[in-house]
Amino acid sequence: MAQTAPVEVDRPIDEGDVTPDVPWIVIVWNDPINLMSYVVYVFQKLFGYPREKATKLMMDVHVKGRAVVSDGPRGPLSADRPRQADAARRVPAPDPSTGA
Amino acid sequence: MLAAVPPMLRSLLAGGDAQDPAMRRLFPSAYLDDEAAAADFDSVVRDDLVAQRLTAIDTMERTLGAERLSEDELVAWLAAVNDLRLVLGVRLAVTEESTPEDFAGDPESGRAYSLYAYLSYLEEDVVRALSSE
Repeated sequence: MAQTAPVEVDRPIDEGDVTPDVPWIVIVWNDPINLMSYVVYVFQKLFGYPREKATKLMMDVHVKGRAVVSDGPRGPLSADRPRQADAARRVPAPDPSTGA
Repeated sequence: MLAAVPPMLRSLLAGGDAQDPAMRRLFPSAYLDDEAAAADFDSVVRDDLVAQRLTAIDTMERTLGAERLSEDELVAWLAAVNDLRLVLGVRLAVTEESTPEDFAGDPESGRAYSLYAYLSYLEEDVVRALSSE
């Protein structure tokens, strides 16, 4: 079986490890369906990260159950609404039954 | 086997059952604690998201027999294949430890898991191809 890992974007909430003036963060939750390789690819395409950073974030999610992978206001997510919508399409929302 | 993918997804999207767990997986709520806001958001984006999916499904179907795929076509395959993996994964309630034996007791589940596993390998290859410069 191919290895699976993350993926579920959460709505912005204060995770405690971000400063209060950050307007939004993206949290990705581990899940049993999305492939590790797919998640790395999506992180690269969506956030413009190099493969090394995308891979490290994917492993963070895989090992810890969830991880903050992007925050605002800077970055492609705030500047590129259509791709954000695409992210919502490709990256499912939290599912209590599969969340870490 | 792959020829079954576009019709399966199209049928699910045409059904449009918003309460179907698989549909909720494909179209997650934008506001987990505010049903009205989630419905508003959904009414704005749903048609576009469905249209994007149908376009990808059409592209995959049109290029099923192609010897070579362009990058755009491969991205469409990735979208459709991952969508169906999400649908099958939700229906089968797969875990990271799932094995074929878990679904062997029921022929329909067994077939669904076989397709899921096959699509997993295919998706690995698609991602590898898209990631190579």
